[in-house]
Amino acid sequence: MTVPFAIIAFLTLASAVAAMSLRNLVHCALTLMLTFAGLAALYLQLGAQFVGFAQILVYLGAVAILIVFAILLTRASEPPRRSRFSATWVVGVGIAAGVFGVLSGVILSSRAIAGVLRPPPDLTVRQIGDQLMGKYVLPLEVIGLLLTAALIGAAIIAMHEQRGSK
Amino acid sequence: MTPLSLYLLLSALLFAIGLAGALTRRNAIIVLIGIELMLNAANLNFIAFWRYGPNPEALAGVMFVIFSIGVAAAEAAVGLALIIAAYRHYRTTNLDEINTMKG
Repeated sequence: MTVPFAIIAFLTLASAVAAMSLRNLVHCALTLMLTFAGLAALYLQLGAQFVGFAQILVYLGAVAILIVFAILLTRASEPPRRSRFSATWVVGVGIAAGVFGVLSGVILSSRAIAGVLRPPPDLTVRQIGDQLMGKYVLPLEVIGLLLTAALIGAAIIAMHEQRGSK
Repeated sequence: MTPLSLYLLLSALLFAIGLAGALTRRNAIIVLIGIELMLNAANLNFIAFWRYGPNPEALAGVMFVIFSIGVAAAEAAVGLALIIAAYRHYRTTNLDEINTMKG
């Protein structure tokens, strides 16, 4: 357990809790950006530079801006009149705590992951590019098609309704 | 406690926080944010297993996370477009009030 890991983990978890519980939705989006930045730092610490920078570009750059736009477009930035949690929030928190209990029990009792200490693998972007153009070229094409379809679909869904009820 | 189990515990906690948010909040945008947090927790698991796994030369974990980030971006775009369309129709993003199809 190193000090940088502890700091990053604490920041990530604290900002995730804040993003899920704050009243003002703009504050939620800003703390969510902090969570994504903490995750990118964790990826960099694990030696996956390319994934860390992709996380910064995609999540901090694109997804966070999308969420801020959605919040501002839906006037959800105004504080709600009623409680921000649903009526059955006790059940939801209970389910989440149960899931965490089961997962942590499995992690702590597993013998397969105990005592693995390996030197960090040296990963270059060149290797990732070679694999993307070789072994993983079909998934790459499919993801390109998916992103195009999602772009068109999102534009069509969010397009203004010409006729129909308001 | 090995580093791998620390990372796995962190990701389990992040998953539980996202799940709690998705299950308890009323606003649809925050529910979507919770789902994004759960996806990110899974990505952290992939990277941790790749780093401490038996053969990191295979790059399977890194590749999976790259594609997963692409799918999550598409999901966020379509999900937010759906929320904006629902808001335009119902004038609210409160999930309790969007109940036309409730049985």
